[in-house]
Amino acid sequence: MELILVLLIGILYAAGIYLILRRSMVKLLLGIMLLGNGTNILIFLLGNIVKGKPPIIGPDLKVFTDIYADPIPQALILTAIVISFGLTSFAIVLLKRVYALLGTDDLDNLNTPEEEDI
Amino acid sequence: MLFTVLSGLITSSLIVPFGRFLKTKWGFILAFLPILLFLYYIKLVIPISQGSYFVQSTTWVPSLGINLDFKLDGLSLLFTLLITGIGACIFFYANAYLKGHKYIDRFFGYLCLFMSAMLGLVLSDNMLLLFIFWELTSISSFFLIGFNNDNADSRKSAMTALSITGLGGFFLLAGFILMGNIAGTYNITELMGKVALIQQHPLFPLIFGLVALGAITKSAQFPFHFWLPGAMKAPTPVSAYLHSATMVKAGIYLLARFSPILGGNPIWTYSLMIIGGITMLYAAFHSLFRTDLKGVLAYSTISALGILVFLLGLGSKEAVIAASVFILVHALYKAALFLITGIIDHETGTRDLTVLRGLRKVLAPVAIAGFLAALSSAGIPLTFGFIGKDLIYDATLQSDSQLFFYLTAAAVLTNIFLVSAGFMAGIKPFAGKLPEQFAHVHLPYKSMWIPPLLLAVLGVIFGCIPGLIGDWIAGPTANSILAQQEVFHLKIWHGFNLILLLSAITIVVGTLVFISNKPSVKKLAWIATFDKISPEHIIKVCVQEIVLFSAFFTNKMHNGYLRSYLLKIILFAELLIGYQLYLGGPLHIKWETLSPVSFYEVTTVCILIGAIVLTIRTSSRLTAVVATSVVGYAICLIFVFYSAPDLAMTQFTIDTLTVVLFVLVLFKLPSFLNLANRRTIIRDAVVAIIFGSMLSMVALRVLHEPTTTNISKFYGDYAYVLAKGKNVVNVLLVDFRGFDTMFEIVVLSIAALGVYSLLKLRLKSSDKE
Amino acid sequence: MNSTILQTATRYLLPILLLFSVFLLLRGHYYPGGGFVGGLVASIAFVLHSFAFGPQNTMKLIQYKPLSLIPIGLGIAAVNMFLPTFFGYPVMTGLWLEEKIPVIGMIGTALFFDLGVYFVVIGVVLTILFTIALNTEEE
Repeated sequence: MELILVLLIGILYAAGIYLILRRSMVKLLLGIMLLGNGTNILIFLLGNIVKGKPPIIGPDLKVFTDIYADPIPQALILTAIVISFGLTSFAIVLLKRVYALLGTDDLDNLNTPEEEDI
Repeated sequence: MLFTVLSGLITSSLIVPFGRFLKTKWGFILAFLPILLFLYYIKLVIPISQGSYFVQSTTWVPSLGINLDFKLDGLSLLFTLLITGIGACIFFYANAYLKGHKYIDRFFGYLCLFMSAMLGLVLSDNMLLLFIFWELTSISSFFLIGFNNDNADSRKSAMTALSITGLGGFFLLAGFILMGNIAGTYNITELMGKVALIQQHPLFPLIFGLVALGAITKSAQFPFHFWLPGAMKAPTPVSAYLHSATMVKAGIYLLARFSPILGGNPIWTYSLMIIGGITMLYAAFHSLFRTDLKGVLAYSTISALGILVFLLGLGSKEAVIAASVFILVHALYKAALFLITGIIDHETGTRDLTVLRGLRKVLAPVAIAGFLAALSSAGIPLTFGFIGKDLIYDATLQSDSQLFFYLTAAAVLTNIFLVSAGFMAGIKPFAGKLPEQFAHVHLPYKSMWIPPLLLAVLGVIFGCIPGLIGDWIAGPTANSILAQQEVFHLKIWHGFNLILLLSAITIVVGTLVFISNKPSVKKLAWIATFDKISPEHIIKVCVQEIVLFSAFFTNKMHNGYLRSYLLKIILFAELLIGYQLYLGGPLHIKWETLSPVSFYEVTTVCILIGAIVLTIRTSSRLTAVVATSVVGYAICLIFVFYSAPDLAMTQFTIDTLTVVLFVLVLFKLPSFLNLANRRTIIRDAVVAIIFGSMLSMVALRVLHEPTTTNISKFYGDYAYVLAKGKNVVNVLLVDFRGFDTMFEIVVLSIAALGVYSLLKLRLKSSDKE
Repeated sequence: MNSTILQTATRYLLPILLLFSVFLLLRGHYYPGGGFVGGLVASIAFVLHSFAFGPQNTMKLIQYKPLSLIPIGLGIAAVNMFLPTFFGYPVMTGLWLEEKIPVIGMIGTALFFDLGVYFVVIGVVLTILFTIALNTEEE
């Protein structure tokens, strides 16, 4: 399964990179989201994936007795997911404003905005 | 000692609130600061001359070896006396010179800052501390040169001076750090005990080169001399103080201070002698062709600095005492000449030597001062200059037997030119018939003409009592440069010998040169034709080329297209990752450690890949957004399979909210335009696929690295015991790594505020319309 | 969107979802859940409500601006961060009550810190979404 995930990481990254090289702002944003997802899985994979053993200590135990999933990557990814929401929402709003001002989604048209638009 | 260094800094900062006070007639009170400091140091002359020294140390950054170590020995004392003594003259003088100037408070602020920095520089016994003060002097000099900041030339000269001395400072720091690392200490006194260690180190030539570069840039040695004539754009008191008496001698001070550590070997001797020799001849020759009084003085100053470097390079006992005396000699007569130039400029409004004549009739005391200073500069017997020149000839004559002839010839030639230059600055403006246009010229304030007169007269007095100066000041200075205890006796009269003959030749020929050489615009133009091969021109051309290249480069790289930036960054990253992967050798897959594959997972990943392809291929925005969210949900499922319930829940909810967001904003936008042509698409696809496969390889490689689980184990073991929680992920977030979470929610809040203000702002502006 | 079915369903779903979010928050220390997830579920509950009745009505329901939840949450978290210093411990030391409380379990600063996170998340999500939604409606 690790190999499939490795392949998946590659695809997510490739897709993300391809999208951020487009001219459309929406595609740029989607690309960033895909890159974020790829990174999350990469981090997840590095923590040695384990099936069906969440990092939760059993009801009557005080420490783990069995193998369990690595909690650190999970905590990192959780943080990353939430932060990426902040990023995405801000970017979306930025995009919305730019679109409202310039009426275009094309990044090339952002180079020389008219004075009064700013 | 620390206090004397700080006093200037404190005064300088006090000028900020009380600067207005300087503009009143009580402004001269500020000049009592250098006077007090001067008195403080002059009373230390006797103990220092008996061979003792004073040390003061305060820890500052002990971990980096930077301590406020101060040490006062003969060499430092000579410089502190120059800084405070001439400083006092300058403070009085400048107060009158700049009377009524709008920014006089600023001027004195910089001047106090400079004085402090310079005092700190000569008192520091720690290399890094010395460097800090070194840079401070460069910076204050920058402000002072550019003091008339509405003048473009002034600004340009200030920039040149700062870049040259700043560059030198940079080299100096590198040299200091190298030296400190080798010796294991930054304390200069301690370094003296590690001379062998430093000099035998293979990096010694580099260290010497770096330190020497620092010194020769600061002291305006060839080929970096050109910033000094430019620095003459500063108000004349500044030129007198910084650019002849003190700051430019910081390089000399540095060489003198480090000569026991770095000196005494062929590298030191020959490189410094060559640099000093070229500088003194080149600059002395150039000084003959200047028509601007300050230009003459600037070039003769460079030449004098060249002599000092030359003598320090020579490094013999005679050379060192000659250098010690010449520092004082030069400071006295050159500061006087500068101040006189300032008076002439101030009163007549011109510094053009072709015009100035006969001013003795209107500026009598100034003319006396000029005359005396010129005599001292020429080295007429009974002036201090005579002693100085004698010692220089003595040093060259007694040097290495094969070279002494050439060295002496160079020294004589330089001195001949300097005699002429001194006469040009000190006598020429006052001799001859007073032209009509200067008839109305009148004597300035007393506080302007007394300082140069005082300095010039001192030159004569010292010339009459050389023994005292030798015992009290020059002797201890030479002893600290040589790091030994010798007794030096300076005498007025040595009897009839070769030195006297050389002196006589110098004076006579120099006078002849002065009489025959009439500075004119034509000659200036002639010498200017050689500017193309001057170091100044060469360096300027280099700088221009660099500027052109960087403009070209910037325009090429920063073309304003985001995707082109990204493409470059990605390509470069690919290069780096690829190289690293190549270094790592072939990839191995350990099949036995891999976890088994189940049907659900394969299906999920297939859906995922399908969604990704759809995201890329679709021309509808909504489809793309939905497909991206499908990617998110599928990843959520992967988290579920692999025991990350918290992640799964978060991913699910966030994904839902993101879709809602997109839909709220984007449903009105038109569908994608296909803006790229086929070639770009293929190029981007190739770049993207390469990047993706590289990342896969990185992941594969990391997968088989042995993972250390110490940290995870720690958290697992202590989650319940210490933090009383059983969901380790949550315990990590709210307890072990609570700080991170705190900052995370702060970031989230900022994002929310950003969104809020972006949209509200928009509403407001549309309200206006 | 004026769907009667959705509106009716939302009426019942909103309190249930909110209850569920609080449940997630409280049990976060022992089972999957916690402030982030809890906050997100609560936000989704309100988003659902706004789909059914329109954002204006949801705003009315909340009464306060969601923006004000952010400083409240940050405040709670910060207080819990610095609370241990008053007892002579370093910042962020977990402090716990001795006895267990039924349903919730142990009570300590970590739980309140999570509560801060919960409020911040609700505040942030609702601020962003409602600002955009109301803005889009006005246009």
